[in-house]
Amino acid sequence: MIKLPSVSRRQFLQTTLAGAAAAAATPGLLSSAAFAATPLTIGFIYVGPKDDYGYNQAHAEGAAALKSIEGITLVEEENVPETVDVQKTMESMINLDGAKLLFPTSFGYFDPHVLAMAKKYPDAQFRHCGGLWTKEKHPANVGSYFGYIHQGQYLNGITAGYASKSKKIGFVAAKPIPQVLQNINAFLLGARSVDPSITCQVIFTGEWSLAVKEAEATNALIDQGADVITCHVDSPKVVAQTAAGRGAFVCGYHANQSALAGDKYLTGAEWAWGNVYTDFIKTMQAGKPIGNFVRGGLKDGFVKMSPLGKAVSADARAKFEATQKTMLGGNFAVFKGGLKDNKGNVVVPAGKDYTEQAIELESMNYLVEGVIGSVA
Amino acid sequence: MEETALGLWGVPLAILAGAIRVSTPFIFVSLGETLTERSGRINLGLEGTLVFGAMSAYAVAVLTQSAWLGVLAAMMAGAVFGLLHGFICKFPKVNDIAIGIAMMQFGLGLAFFLGKPFIQPVAPKLPAIPLGNWSSLPQVQAALTINVLFIVGLILTFSIAWMLKNTRVGLILRVVGDSSDAARAMGINPNTVRLLATAAGGALAAIGGAYLSLFYPGSWNERISSGQGLMAVALVIFARWNPKGCMFASLLFGGAGALGPALQSVGVTQGYYLFYAAPYVLTLIILIMTSSPTTRLSGAPEELSLTK
Amino acid sequence: MAAEIDISSVASATRRFTLSRLQEELARRLEPLAITFLAILAGMGLFSLFLLALGKSPLQFVQLVYAGGFGTWFSLQNAFSRAAPLLLTALCVALPARLGLTVIGGEGALALGGLGAAAIAVPMLSVSHGWPLWIAMGIAGSVVGGLWIAFAGALKHYRGVNETISSLLLTYIGIAVMNHLIEGVLRDPASLNKPSTFPLPADGMFGKIWGMDVHWGFAIGIICCVLAWVLIERTTIGFAARVSGGNLRAAQIQGLPVGKLIVGFTFLAGAFAGLAGMIEVAAVQGSANGSIIAGYGYTGILVAFLARHNPLAIIPVSILLGGVAAAGGLIQRRMGLPDATVLVLQGTLFISVLFFETLYGRFKLFNPEMWRKTRAGKDGE
Repeated sequence: MIKLPSVSRRQFLQTTLAGAAAAAATPGLLSSAAFAATPLTIGFIYVGPKDDYGYNQAHAEGAAALKSIEGITLVEEENVPETVDVQKTMESMINLDGAKLLFPTSFGYFDPHVLAMAKKYPDAQFRHCGGLWTKEKHPANVGSYFGYIHQGQYLNGITAGYASKSKKIGFVAAKPIPQVLQNINAFLLGARSVDPSITCQVIFTGEWSLAVKEAEATNALIDQGADVITCHVDSPKVVAQTAAGRGAFVCGYHANQSALAGDKYLTGAEWAWGNVYTDFIKTMQAGKPIGNFVRGGLKDGFVKMSPLGKAVSADARAKFEATQKTMLGGNFAVFKGGLKDNKGNVVVPAGKDYTEQAIELESMNYLVEGVIGSVA
Repeated sequence: MEETALGLWGVPLAILAGAIRVSTPFIFVSLGETLTERSGRINLGLEGTLVFGAMSAYAVAVLTQSAWLGVLAAMMAGAVFGLLHGFICKFPKVNDIAIGIAMMQFGLGLAFFLGKPFIQPVAPKLPAIPLGNWSSLPQVQAALTINVLFIVGLILTFSIAWMLKNTRVGLILRVVGDSSDAARAMGINPNTVRLLATAAGGALAAIGGAYLSLFYPGSWNERISSGQGLMAVALVIFARWNPKGCMFASLLFGGAGALGPALQSVGVTQGYYLFYAAPYVLTLIILIMTSSPTTRLSGAPEELSLTK
Repeated sequence: MAAEIDISSVASATRRFTLSRLQEELARRLEPLAITFLAILAGMGLFSLFLLALGKSPLQFVQLVYAGGFGTWFSLQNAFSRAAPLLLTALCVALPARLGLTVIGGEGALALGGLGAAAIAVPMLSVSHGWPLWIAMGIAGSVVGGLWIAFAGALKHYRGVNETISSLLLTYIGIAVMNHLIEGVLRDPASLNKPSTFPLPADGMFGKIWGMDVHWGFAIGIICCVLAWVLIERTTIGFAARVSGGNLRAAQIQGLPVGKLIVGFTFLAGAFAGLAGMIEVAAVQGSANGSIIAGYGYTGILVAFLARHNPLAIIPVSILLGGVAAAGGLIQRRMGLPDATVLVLQGTLFISVLFFETLYGRFKLFNPEMWRKTRAGKDGE
C-alpha cells in the first residue's frame, strides 16, 4: 500500500509502512480483534473549515474514517492559522488531551511550527501532510506524507483532451508552488497525450481561497476559449459550478464535484486519506514505528479518480482506463525525458523519465511547453 | 461553445462583465451603509451582516427551493442585525464603530455555525436576464447575462438618491444626521430614525450577501466573502455619502477587480499580485485626487463619529 | 476644554494624599474593572443560553474556558503567546484614536514591517546573529510599518483624505506588495511549497522569556503599551494630541502643530504594527511569508476599542482575547463544536462589554462627584 523505496530516493525513505500494508488493505477484517487494547488519542488540525468541499474536507473525511477503530480518540481543531496558534494548539492537544499522534494537515504548519513542537515533545509523533522530511535535517518523531495526485490530473487531462473542441483547456491555480505546478503540467501532458496541439491556459489567483476571484478566473478562461476547466485551490466548489454554468466541462480536484457540475463533469482527482490514516493508526497500535517519509499514488490508494461522467466518450474511456492500468502497475512516467518548459529549456533530461517518485518533481519550478502562464 | 478566442478584446469585455458581475454586493452594502450613515450612525459590521445574509439566503433557498424566498429571508435577517445594532447604540456612551466590529464577529460566527449543513447542498440560483442575445459571441452573451438584483440595485440607487433629496423621509434622515438637536426641535426622535436607518442598511447589506451565495459566485461556504462588506463600507466615504457615487464606486471596483484574471488569460502573466491590487490602488488615487485639504468632506453627516 | 479640566483634577488628586482623595481615586479606578467584570459575566450568561439551546452544558463550557485559557500556568502562557501580536496591533489603532482618527490598516503595516525586517536580515546574517541583527530588524520593521500608516496620516492632514478608507486600501496594497516580493525577488529558492524569504538561523531567533514558555515579543508588547501610555498621559505631546483629538479647530487656533501630531502619531502607530510583523518573523516564523497575514491587524482594532484606546487597558484585553482563543480550541475539541462557536462566544462577549460601557457614571459607588452632590444636598437640608 505504501510506496516502497525506489533506488533514486533511497536516502529519503527511512522506514516504510510495508509491514502494515496487509492490515490497511483490509481494514474491516483486522480492526477490532488485533489492536483493540491500545488506546490512542490522535489530533487533527486543519487550516480552514472542515467542510470546504475541498482540501480540508478531504482530510476531515480521512480522519472520520478512524472513528470506527476501537481505542481511538479523535480530537480536531479547524481554522487554525499558521502562527504561534498552531504551536499552542499542538501543545494543548498533547498536554490537555493526551494526544500521542498529531496530523497538522496544512503545508504551512511544517516549518517552523511542527518542527519546533517535535523538538519540545519527543514522545509525541507528528505526521505532516505535504512536507519534505529529511533524515539529516529533521527530528525523528516527525514525518511527512503526501500523494502523487498529479497522476490524477494527468488522467483528468486525458478526458479533457478528448472533450475539448477548442483545443484549449484552462486551469485555475492558487500559487505557483511545486505541488500546484505538477498538477498544471500533468493536466496538460495528459491532454497532449491525446492531441499534441492542445494548450492549457493557467490563471493564478494568489490565494488558496477567494471565491469571487476564482469565479472571475474561470470566466476569464472560458472567455478566452478554454472549454475544459480544472483547478487547484482549497475549495473547488466555485470553479466547478461557474465553469459548468458557462457550459464548459469540468475536471474535479480534492473531492468528487460531480454533484455540482452534473453532465459537464468528466472525472476528478480525489484524495483517499482514509486509507493513509488508517494505515498509520494500525501500525502505531501494533507497536511498530510509523513511516517518516510516506508517499503514494493511485497504486497505493492515496489518490483515486471520480467515476467517469456521461460526457466521456468511448475512446476517452478506453485511453483513460488503459493509462490508469499502467499507473496502477507502477511504471508510468508523466514527465518523460526531453520535456521542455514553456521558455524552451529542457527540464527533464533526455532519456530519463520521471516516474511519480522522482524526487526532482518535488522542487518543480516550471510550466511545461504548451502551458500559457508564468511562475513568477 | 465558440471555438475562437477573443484575444485582447477579452480584456475590456472582462472589465465590463466584471463590473456587472462583481459590483452588485458592493452596490447593496454601500447603499445600505449610506442610509445608516446619513442618519449619523456608522455600522462597520456589515461584513458580518453580508455573510449572514449569504448564509440565510442559501439555506432558505435550499430548504424551500426558491431563490427569492432566500433573498427575503436574508433581508429579514439583515434587518434584525441592524435593529440590534441600532438598539444597542441608542444607549449613551456606547461606541457605534466598536459595536459594529463586535457584531461583525458575532454575525460571522453565527453564519458559519448555522451554515454548516448547507455547504454541501446545491441551492437554486437567482434568475438572470440574457441581454446579450443580439451578439453571436458567447463571451458577450455571457457578459450581458444580467442578474435581476443588479438591475434592482441600479433602480434602488436612483430611488434612494431621489428620496434623500425630495421626500420628507429623506429630509428627516438628513436632519437627524446633521444635528440631533435640530431633529429634536422638529419633534423627531433621532434614536428611532437611526434605528430604522440601521435596520434598512442591514437589510440591504444582506441582499448583497444573497447575491454572493445565490448568483455570483453562487455558492455557500465560509470563505464566500473576501471582505466585500468592509470594503463597501469604506466605499461610502469614497462616494461622499451619495448613492450615485456608491454605484459608480462599486462599478469601478468590480471592473478593476476583473483586470487581474483577464490580463492573465491573455498572457500578461507577470506580477499578478499587483494587478489584483488594481481596485485598491485606483480607489486610493481617485480618493487623493478628489479630496481637498481645506474643506471638510463634503456631504459628510455632521453627527458621524467617523469624520468628526 | 474637557480634557484639560480632567487632567488637572487627576493630577491634583494624586498630589494631595488625603484619605478621601485616595478613596475617590480608588473608586474611579475600580469602575472600569467592576463594569467589565459584570459585562463578561453577562456575556458568558448569554452564551450559556446559546449552549443550552444546542443541548450542551454551560458548566462544561465554563470549566473549559478556565482549563484552556486561564486556569493553569500552561493555559495562561498559551493566552500570553496568542496575546503578544495583539498588544502591538491594538496600539496601531489606539494611538491615532487619541487624535480622533480611526485607522484600521494595521494588517498592512504588519505585513510590510515583517517583510522589511526579513529583508534587512538577509545581508546582515553574515555579520551578526544577535542583538545588532534584532535591532536592525526592529528598526526596519517599525520604519516600514510607520511610513505606511504615516502615509495615511499625511494624506489626511495635507489632502483631507479620510484615514479609515485610505488605511484599509493601503492594507490590501501592502499585502499585495508583500506577496509579490516574497514570491519574486525576495524568495528563498529553497522555500518550495511555502514561498518565503531567506530564513533566520536558529540563533537569530528570539528566545523565550526567562522561566516562561512565551517568546520575548510578549514582553516587548507590554513595554510598548506602557511607553505609549506614558506618552499619551504624562507628556505634553500626549496632552496636545488629546486636545487635538477633542477638537481639531480649537487645537489649531491654540497654535498646536496638528499636522506634525497627526503624521507623528500615525507613524508611531504604524511602527508598532510593523514591530509586530518583525516579531512574527523573528520570534515565530523565522522568515516573512504568507502565514504572517493572520488577521492580527483586524483583531487589534477590536482590542483597541474594547480597551477604550487606553494603552494600559490593551494589556488585559489582549490577554483576555488570547485566553478566549486558547480556550476556544479546547471547547472545539471537547464539546465537539465547530470553530464558529468561538466566534459567537467572542461576539457575544464583546457586544456585552461594549454595551455595558453605558453604565459608566451611573453607579454612585464609583463616582465621587455623586458623593459630593448628595453630601451637598444633605448639608443644604
